[in-house]
Amino acid sequence: MQLELSAEDAAFRDEMRTFFTTEFPQDIRDTVLAGRHLTREQIVASQQALNAAGLAVPHWPVEWGGKDWTTLQRHLWHEEMQRAGVPTPLAFNASMIGPVLAQFGSQEQKERFLPKTANLDIWWSQGFSEPDAGSDLASLRTTAVRDGDDWIVNGQKTWTTLGQYGDWIFTLVRTDPDVKKQAGISMLLIDMTLDGVEVRPIEMIDGGHEVNEVWFSDVRVPGDLLVGELNGGWTIAKFLLGNERVGVAPVGATKRALATLKENAGDLLDDPLTRARVAELENELLALELTALRVVAHSTDGAPHPASSVLKLKGTVLQQAVSELALDLAGPGALASGADDDSPVPGWARRSAPTYLNLRKASIYGGSNEIQRQIIARTILGL
Amino acid sequence: MDFTYDDEQKALREAVRGLTTKAYGEFENRRRAVAEAPGFDEGQWARLAEMGVLGLPFSEDDGGVGAGPVEIGIVCQELGRVLAPEPFLASVVHAGGLVAAAGSPEQRADLLGRLAAGEIVLAAADTSPGGRWSSEAEGVTAARDGDTWTLTGVRDPVPNGARADHLVVNASLPDGGTGLFVVEGSAATRADHAVFDGSRAARVELSETPAIPLGEPGRDLTATIATISDITRIMGANQALGVMQAQVAATNAYLKSRKQFGVTLNTFQALTFRAADMYVELELAHSLVDWATMVVAAGSQEDIADAADRVGLQVARASRHIGQEAIQLHGGIAMTAEYSVGVGTAHLAVLEMWLGGAHHHLTRLADRVSDHGEVEALA
Repeated sequence: MQLELSAEDAAFRDEMRTFFTTEFPQDIRDTVLAGRHLTREQIVASQQALNAAGLAVPHWPVEWGGKDWTTLQRHLWHEEMQRAGVPTPLAFNASMIGPVLAQFGSQEQKERFLPKTANLDIWWSQGFSEPDAGSDLASLRTTAVRDGDDWIVNGQKTWTTLGQYGDWIFTLVRTDPDVKKQAGISMLLIDMTLDGVEVRPIEMIDGGHEVNEVWFSDVRVPGDLLVGELNGGWTIAKFLLGNERVGVAPVGATKRALATLKENAGDLLDDPLTRARVAELENELLALELTALRVVAHSTDGAPHPASSVLKLKGTVLQQAVSELALDLAGPGALASGADDDSPVPGWARRSAPTYLNLRKASIYGGSNEIQRQIIARTILGL
Repeated sequence: MDFTYDDEQKALREAVRGLTTKAYGEFENRRRAVAEAPGFDEGQWARLAEMGVLGLPFSEDDGGVGAGPVEIGIVCQELGRVLAPEPFLASVVHAGGLVAAAGSPEQRADLLGRLAAGEIVLAAADTSPGGRWSSEAEGVTAARDGDTWTLTGVRDPVPNGARADHLVVNASLPDGGTGLFVVEGSAATRADHAVFDGSRAARVELSETPAIPLGEPGRDLTATIATISDITRIMGANQALGVMQAQVAATNAYLKSRKQFGVTLNTFQALTFRAADMYVELELAHSLVDWATMVVAAGSQEDIADAADRVGLQVARASRHIGQEAIQLHGGIAMTAEYSVGVGTAHLAVLEMWLGGAHHHLTRLADRVSDHGEVEALA
C-alpha cells in the first residue's frame, strides 16, 4: 500500500492538468465553472478540442483513437478534466455507442461511425427507455420488422437526453416478439433525419428542455445498421449500461461544486451548522474519491468492478446533497430563478433551485439507485 | 498509489487470522475470556508475543520488528473481526507508542522489549474524569523534588488500567506544558470495573505517587501525545473496520439462512436493500481507513491529525449505521450477549467513546473548512 502517485503517474497528472487549464478553450471552462448551460456549439467545440489533442476517447481501442492507458491514468484524466471545468466528452458518443461499436460493430460500421463519433461530427442520442420500459428495460415495445433488406421501425422512446441536438440515435428495438423478452431485442442505428422520426420536447421541473420523446412511424432503416447479432441487443445493452455506471459518479465535478459554493457562501460560512454540513460533505466526497481509486485499482480490463454500483449510488446522493446545500444558502434569493443578470441576486443563487430540481434525475438515470441496491444485494452480497 | 497488500502483508494477515480464529472463532471462547478480570486471555497475549505481533511497531533496537502502519492496521483489523479482547490497541499501539515516541533509548529498550515479549501490559492513563479527548494534561499535576518526580490527581477511565504493570500518565509540568511519566501500576490506587463490551477499565488515583519522566525531564510533549493519540485513532478505525466487516458478513449469512413465513429473509427486498446500504457504508469507511493508514506512513504530524479526524468521522458514522442495522436485521438474537453481532456494536461504541466520536471529529473538521478549497486525496 502506498499513497503517493508514482513519478510517472504524477507527471501524467501534471500533463493533463496543464493541458486542461492552459490549452483548452477558456470560454467553455468559464461557462462550466460558473454553472451555466453549454450550447450545442460549445459542447461540439469542447469535444473537438479534446479529440485534436487525442484526449476525447482514451478508453477506446488504440486502433480507433484510444490510448493504452492504465485504469489509474484514465481516472486521473477524468478527474483533472472535471476539476478544470472541462466538459467530459459527450457520454452518448464516448462512453456508450463508441465502445459498443468497437466491441460489437462490423468493420464497415466501425470505419463509418467511430472517427465521426470521437470527433462529435455525429451527435448520438440514446433510444433505450420507453414509457412502459424504464428500470424494466427489457419490456420495451418499439418494433423493427423486416422488409426486404430493411427494417421498418415503429414505436416511441422517451427521456432522450439532448435528443434535440441528435444526428443519429442508437436504439433497442424488438425484433422477435415471440421469445422471452430479453431474447428478442436488437440494437439498431437510426438516422434521425429520416422520414417518420419525430423529436418532441419534454418540459421539466427545472424549466429546462433537456429530454425528449422520440417517435418512430414506419421509419425505414437499412439492414446494415443492425449492430452485432440479430436478437443480441440485450447483451449489448448490459455491456453499455455497465460502462455507463463507471463514469457516472462525478466525484471531481461535485468536489469542485462544493469548493465553489464555499467561495460563494461568504459570511454564511461563519455559521457553525453550515460549516458542519460542508465538512461532512467534504469527508464523504473524500471517501467516495478514495473508493473510486480502489475500484480503479482493482478493475480488470473491460468488466466493471461490482463496487462501481457503490460509486453510482453514493456519487449521485452527494451530488444532490451539494445542490441542496446551495439551495439552502441561497435562501429567498433562490426565488429569483427567472431574473436576468441585472438582478442583485448572484448567479449561483439564482441557479440554485433549478439545479437542485434538475439533479433529482441523478438517482434515477443510469440505473436508478434502487437498481444499484439490487445489483449490490444480488451480485456482491449474493442475497 | 496502491491500495493492495503485498505478499508479506497478506502472509501476516493470514497468520494473525489463524491465531485469532483459533482462539475466538467460537464466540463462546471470547465470552469466557472476558468473564472476569483482566478481561482477556493471558495465554493468548503470550501467543501474540510469540508470533511477534506485540513488538510489531517498535524498532529492532527496542526489541521490536520495525513494521509500518499498514502491518499494524492489519493486526487491528483481524483482532476486530473476532472481537479479540487482548489490549493490543491500548497497550501496544497507544501506551507503547507513547514510550516509543518519548522514551529514552534505555526506557524504550526496557519497557518495549518486555512489552514485545509479552512479559508486561502497559496502559495509557490520559483521561481525567469528565475529560474529552484532550492532548493536554488535565487533572494530574507533576511535582519535582531534585531528580525525583511525583504525580497527584485522578485518571478515569483508564482502559486496562488495573491489569497494567506500568501506567503511562500525562501530567501538567511545573513550568507549563504536558509531560509523560511511567508509574508502577502497584503504586497507584486502582478501582477495576467492566466496560460494556466486556473489556476492563479502571479509576486510577495518584497521590504524590513516584513517577519516572519519559525522555528528558520537564520537556513539553503535548504535540507528541497528540500524534500518538491520532495514530491510535487511525488504528482504532482499522479495528472498527474489522468489526464491521464481520458484522456485514454475519448479517448477509443470516439473511440467507434464517426463515420466517416459510422463506429465507433475503426474499424480502426491504431487508436486502438495507444490507446493500450497509455494504456501501462499509466500503466507504474501508477506503478512508486504508487512506488514513497510509497517511501515517507518509504524512506530517498535521496530515496525520487531519487523517485521524476524517477517518474518525467516517468510521463513527459507519459504526452507528452498520452496528445498528446488523442488530435490527438479525432481530432478537443480536440483542443477546451470546451472539457476536450485538457485542460487536458494543465494541464499536467503546472505540468511538474512547478515541473520539463523530461529534468530536466533525467539530474539528468544521473549524477548518475555510482553510482549503477542495480536499486533496492524493499527495
